[in-house]
Amino acid sequence: MAEPLLRLEDVTARYGPVTALHGISLHVGEGEAVAVLGANGAGKTTTLRSISGTVRRAGTIAFGGKSIARRSPEAVARAGIAHVPEGRGTLTELSVHDNLRLGAYTRRDRKAMAEDERRVLAHFPMLRERASQRAGTLSGGEQQMLALARALMLRPRLLLLDEPSLGLAPMVVAEIFRIVRELNEREGLAVLVVEQNAALALEASSRAYVLEVGRVAVEGSSADLRRDEAVRRSYLGY
Amino acid sequence: MLLALDWTQLAQQIVIGLASGGVWATLAVALVLIYRSTGVINFAQGEMAMFSTFIAWSLVHHGLSYWGAFALTVVISFAGGIAVERTVIRPVERAPVLTVVIVTLGLFFLVNGAARWIWSPETRSLPNAFSTRPIDVAGVAFSIQDLGTIAVALAAVGLLWLFYRFTKLGLASRAAALNPEASRLVGVRVSWMLALGWGLAAAMGAVSGMLTAPALASFDQNLMQPVLLYAFAGAVLGGIDSPLGAVAGSLLLGVLINLLGTYVDWIGGELRLPVALAVILGVLLVRPAGLFGRPVERRV
Amino acid sequence: MRSRALGIVVWLTTAAAAVLAYLLMPSFVSDFHSRGLAEAGAYFVAIIGLNLLTGYTGQISLGHGALMAIGGYTTAWLMVHEHWRDVWTIPLAGLAAGLVGFLIGLPALRLSGLYLALATFAFAVSMPSLLKKFSGITGGGQGLRPIEEAPLQITGLSGTVTILGHSVTQNDFLYYLSWGLGLVGFVIAWLLVRGRVGRTLRAVRDSEVAAASAGIGLARTKTLVFALSGVYAGVAGALVAIQTEIVSPLSFTFVLSIVILVGAVVGGLGSLPGMVLGALFIEYLPDISTRVSQKPGVPDFVYGVAIILVMILLPTGAGGLLKRLARPLTTRLYLRP
Repeated sequence: MAEPLLRLEDVTARYGPVTALHGISLHVGEGEAVAVLGANGAGKTTTLRSISGTVRRAGTIAFGGKSIARRSPEAVARAGIAHVPEGRGTLTELSVHDNLRLGAYTRRDRKAMAEDERRVLAHFPMLRERASQRAGTLSGGEQQMLALARALMLRPRLLLLDEPSLGLAPMVVAEIFRIVRELNEREGLAVLVVEQNAALALEASSRAYVLEVGRVAVEGSSADLRRDEAVRRSYLGY
Repeated sequence: MLLALDWTQLAQQIVIGLASGGVWATLAVALVLIYRSTGVINFAQGEMAMFSTFIAWSLVHHGLSYWGAFALTVVISFAGGIAVERTVIRPVERAPVLTVVIVTLGLFFLVNGAARWIWSPETRSLPNAFSTRPIDVAGVAFSIQDLGTIAVALAAVGLLWLFYRFTKLGLASRAAALNPEASRLVGVRVSWMLALGWGLAAAMGAVSGMLTAPALASFDQNLMQPVLLYAFAGAVLGGIDSPLGAVAGSLLLGVLINLLGTYVDWIGGELRLPVALAVILGVLLVRPAGLFGRPVERRV
Repeated sequence: MRSRALGIVVWLTTAAAAVLAYLLMPSFVSDFHSRGLAEAGAYFVAIIGLNLLTGYTGQISLGHGALMAIGGYTTAWLMVHEHWRDVWTIPLAGLAAGLVGFLIGLPALRLSGLYLALATFAFAVSMPSLLKKFSGITGGGQGLRPIEEAPLQITGLSGTVTILGHSVTQNDFLYYLSWGLGLVGFVIAWLLVRGRVGRTLRAVRDSEVAAASAGIGLARTKTLVFALSGVYAGVAGALVAIQTEIVSPLSFTFVLSIVILVGAVVGGLGSLPGMVLGALFIEYLPDISTRVSQKPGVPDFVYGVAIILVMILLPTGAGGLLKRLARPLTTRLYLRP
């Protein structure tokens, strides 16, 4: 098998004395959309944090063949991984426009950046209307869109999405996932999405991992997991 | 009563007040820069500014013009501020806030001592930045010195504002201070942004010192201590999280103190600062976040 | 059960050792050092007070030097104008400063963090000017001079003092006085911090909102702690006045407030035993710095470097280090085997 875009092998992570991940292994191929599911506290968010370097971790984490297990969050971002964290991480004091500009911080290609800004705003028209507004005045759904847009401005090779549906109305959530699918299918952006709403996540991904108490309990194609009643009932809650 | 007011004198005193306020404003902005990024009031800001002023003196002493020395000192101070942050502040980046406060207090003694060690404690003087002639504006005589001081102070603050508002680095710096975690995720090297803040603050401090010294017949290593007090007071009056507020607050404070000193008899030289502080406290009790500060929301 | 007993034994031994050290110290040090230690003792009392305020309720004060001034001037005034014996003025000095502390605590409720720092800073900076302004009571720039105007009220003026049948020098007496009060103050603070009051204080420090919703009278707690902290400062100021036998606006400048804060943080906020080390640190560091070199500026430079190094190496102060070292002992105390 060719080296996948992202490969985690036996990754552990801890918050102080508490170990949250007990040896996770997963991979994401080029252009793949993969979901990470599980109940609260299963370690889904921690998995993303291990990749972006915002938690203490150990183990093998390779991106594009190179190890990023010891890199700082800034360096991971520079390598081309955009992490949209839980709670969105929008800079509420800055304007929408500034948030987007910040997303492109690591880039130097002026013309392509302007191109990207156009394209991103095409995906999220309501952001264009609110360009000079303080990000904190946006609604929850709009902030999620902004966080996603900002991540895209980085022109990432891999997008990490943490609980995009949290606290949002179903219509907004549907829209967000539609955009994510479009980005994945049309532009070949690899996506690793963490979600509690398993049904949605399985619709939008081709493969999925189910975590339980810091370990991978089940893995497989999303289609299979969707059909498997036992898995759905015990791990996915529906 | 109003008609009996001497408008000429009032205008002159206001300008004088603005000149002092302008000097305090540059140091106040330095304090705000560091407060926003590091969360502490840098008690050594004044001493660092004093050190810069002595560097300027040495440059002038070696033949540079005032403005040549001014420019070079600003650059040197910028580098110095970054160096201070990397050596002394970085090790305590994650320590409790009061620990960092004590570090800045230690820095206060360190820098003051170093200045007295390198340049002995005798008094010196800097040449005047501007001509000492008065200038006539609409029939009222103002000192060019005062007007020039206001202009330079506002220019310095203005340049800083342009940097933060329009450059990528300025944006990253602001972001790093507002939300370091989120900034890291877009690739901002937050730690270096902190250093940048200290560098810019030191540069602003240098401006403050070099505007303070020429106005005095002579100065020594205690030059900036009163300035720090007034700058701190002005920044808090305007709202410590807002550079604009710090400038406005300092200018206001300058005018206020000068007018009080001129028009209210029992406030002699001794009581100027305490009275000013009392006024500020009064303001804070009514508007706890300062005149232009944003009220802090308490997240429950 | 056994580790519990062990813990208690350790505790008792430490307490006994401390008391023994206190009683026997003057026999091991010169008379000159007794005087220095006496001053350290006064700092110790002030630092405990500041620790209660900042370390336990998280309120910053840059004005403890000024509260000490209140205590010191009360003592001097009572000695000079009312001819009180120096030692008996101490309770009143504490109360006076405590009252002022209470008054500061009231508006402090509206302010937090930086703004409180500014308010207390304003108080400290203004104190010398205020003392000079109200010269009728305070003696203005000259201050009050018990050594000249009320020498009979000074204990040990003759050079020796008799305590419980033993004759000691005046400096030894001053040492016993300040550290004696320091121990008493320490025990009181320790009892407060251990019990219900301590939990209240920590609740206020850690989360005001949570504490308020738990029904703790926020305003009352914060002002009372300010008052208590003031009492400690007042007693410390009284001790300083008694030791120096003069008070003037220069005795209690803003620098003193800073030095007390440094002592509290170096000692370790939230740790009472660390306060001893904090007091010794601020008492002896200036001396040590001067000993490095007498050239202008070098002592201050060394002083600053020392403070910075200590903070870098021990960010939580000496108290933090002590807690880490004692953890093997204390965890065994509280965990069931």
